[in-house]
Amino acid sequence: MDRLTFKLEKRLTPSPVMVFIIPLVSVLLALLLGAIFLSLTGQKPIAVYTIMFTDSLGSKYGLTETIVKAIPLMLTGLGVSLAFKMKLWNIGAEGQLYMGAMGATWLPLNFPTLPGYIMIPGMIVLGMLAGGLWALLTAIPRAIWKVNEIITTLMLNYVAILWVDFLVFGPWRDPKGSNFPLTAAFPDAARLPGLFNSRIHAGLFFAFALAIILAIVYKYSRWGYSINVIGSSERAASYAGMNIKRNILLVMFISGAISGLAGMAEVSGIIGKLQHGISSGYGYTAIIVAWLSKLNPLAILIVSVLFGALQVGGYAVQVVGVPAAVATMLQGMILFFVLGGEIFTNYRIRLVSKKGEELRK
Amino acid sequence: MSIQEFLIPLLAAAIIAGTPILFAALGELITERAGIINLGVEGIMLMGAVSGFMAAVSTGNPWIGLLAAMLAGGALSLVHAFLTITLRANQVVTGLALTIFGTGFSGYLGKAYIGIPVPKPFAVTPLGPLADIPFIGPVFFQHDVLVYISYVLVIVIWYFLYHTRPGLNLRALGENPAAMDALGINVFRLRYLYVVIGGMLGGVGGAYLSLAYAPSWLENMTAGRGWIAVALVIFALWNPWRALMGAYLFGGIDALGFRLQVMGVQVSPFILKMLPYLFTVLILVIVVARQKGRLATPGALGLPYDREER
Repeated sequence: MDRLTFKLEKRLTPSPVMVFIIPLVSVLLALLLGAIFLSLTGQKPIAVYTIMFTDSLGSKYGLTETIVKAIPLMLTGLGVSLAFKMKLWNIGAEGQLYMGAMGATWLPLNFPTLPGYIMIPGMIVLGMLAGGLWALLTAIPRAIWKVNEIITTLMLNYVAILWVDFLVFGPWRDPKGSNFPLTAAFPDAARLPGLFNSRIHAGLFFAFALAIILAIVYKYSRWGYSINVIGSSERAASYAGMNIKRNILLVMFISGAISGLAGMAEVSGIIGKLQHGISSGYGYTAIIVAWLSKLNPLAILIVSVLFGALQVGGYAVQVVGVPAAVATMLQGMILFFVLGGEIFTNYRIRLVSKKGEELRK
Repeated sequence: MSIQEFLIPLLAAAIIAGTPILFAALGELITERAGIINLGVEGIMLMGAVSGFMAAVSTGNPWIGLLAAMLAGGALSLVHAFLTITLRANQVVTGLALTIFGTGFSGYLGKAYIGIPVPKPFAVTPLGPLADIPFIGPVFFQHDVLVYISYVLVIVIWYFLYHTRPGLNLRALGENPAAMDALGINVFRLRYLYVVIGGMLGGVGGAYLSLAYAPSWLENMTAGRGWIAVALVIFALWNPWRALMGAYLFGGIDALGFRLQVMGVQVSPFILKMLPYLFTVLILVIVVARQKGRLATPGALGLPYDREER
């Protein structure tokens, strides 16, 4: 008998069924593999997962915290997905979030008496501007000389975090605070209103609004179309007369601005001041969220909730002595399976005999 | 303080600080020469650091730690190879996944090892008569064994790439895999091989941090060195000698910042800590701009190889 081999055949359009099934199966397989890792390291996987699940999605408090964590994930996820659409690998959302938080903080620190209807819009503008300009720093060399944006955006994450540290340990430290690395607390006018009497804040609306706007832009606008074309083939786009350099600058700026808004929402909606470590790696998780959502803005909202829950669950299991890093580990595994599974979305797999004779479709 | 008293310790410190980056950059250089870009270096280094540390603590032998680090780095890069070569997944995102997973898993495994000392780290062993040469000796030859291994490795990789037949094949693998395939060379198998070797070297880079440089384990202790290594490969234009120079340059910036702090220079430590990252961005922009977009990037870098899509 002939030896059988697999043969891959590229699909013209991605399989729509697989687009849904792959992420679901990926999450399940990651949990399974995670369970194996947990038991190999002497933990009880079912107990750990039960805590993760009940503490994040099983109570009102847990659900609230999950949404609170999901808001910055939604915003940064939307931010990076815009850049990813154009195959601009902006992995600097973390730094853009920090810079956005800094930009927004500047206003209440210097003009604490402004009324809310000026303060909040002002903080939004400044936060977005700071995040956007921070991203633009990497977009300019990318547009002119094709300097690899993956490395520059990532390096600037470290710089942004250290910069915020510098501010809160130095010039911006609250003179009345007892030497803690914090700025003065924001006045009430600089706080985003809460929703449902909980820690959930109006930043959730920002995320919803932006997701809808982006979905419309992608589907109906000429600009959204050109981003897609540039993303799939720069050469085709430049033949079609699209201005690639200008789009690189514009897309990176907006991408950074959206992550900047995430930073603004964190300091204004949750913390009420600027301090060390305002983000627990949202900007990195955003990359997984965006990829898992296939860059679809509405899917990003949903996937963000899942990853928010994962993070809350990660904190919860610390109580039973499991490191919170288990959440990051699971995130990485989910992404592995999604990436591996994409072969089913993009290719049709056929079993053929060694002679090339097709046996089964 | 004489200029020598300042310079010799600074240069020696630059080499120590540059060595983990050098190992990782050499690994990435080999990987990219084979046409695969692996952005998981940061995660691979972390896995190398934690596995090396755990093995060294439990056996008391740093060499077993080093071996464990190589295995961990090799295993993680094998995942990269499988996803990108066999399953043709996007290389950029797969690399990011590697980094995220490596960060999480190393943090998970290493939790119990924070604050524990290594029973026997790699210790300084002056290299015979070479260590007594004025200036050169204290700068280059009064380090631990891994530093000497890294010198040898640079020479070996350079010789292999430019003066041997398999080295020529490796370079062609990243330039034109289809031509290699036509010559009857197994593109897939060779790419697997070089991705795994690259990952092993990344693991060694991580182990250098936890078993010689620090020597201890801390969550996220690489602090971006894996990414600097990736940048360094571009800076080096895929040449091992330039990688060596680049690594020591970055090591120098790192060491300088630390020294200025110790000397009581009135600059915020946070600003000094930014220097290596800012320097990476700056030098990358300068190098790439000077090449005017015609970087010597391997022609097929980042593209999955598919026999039917030529």
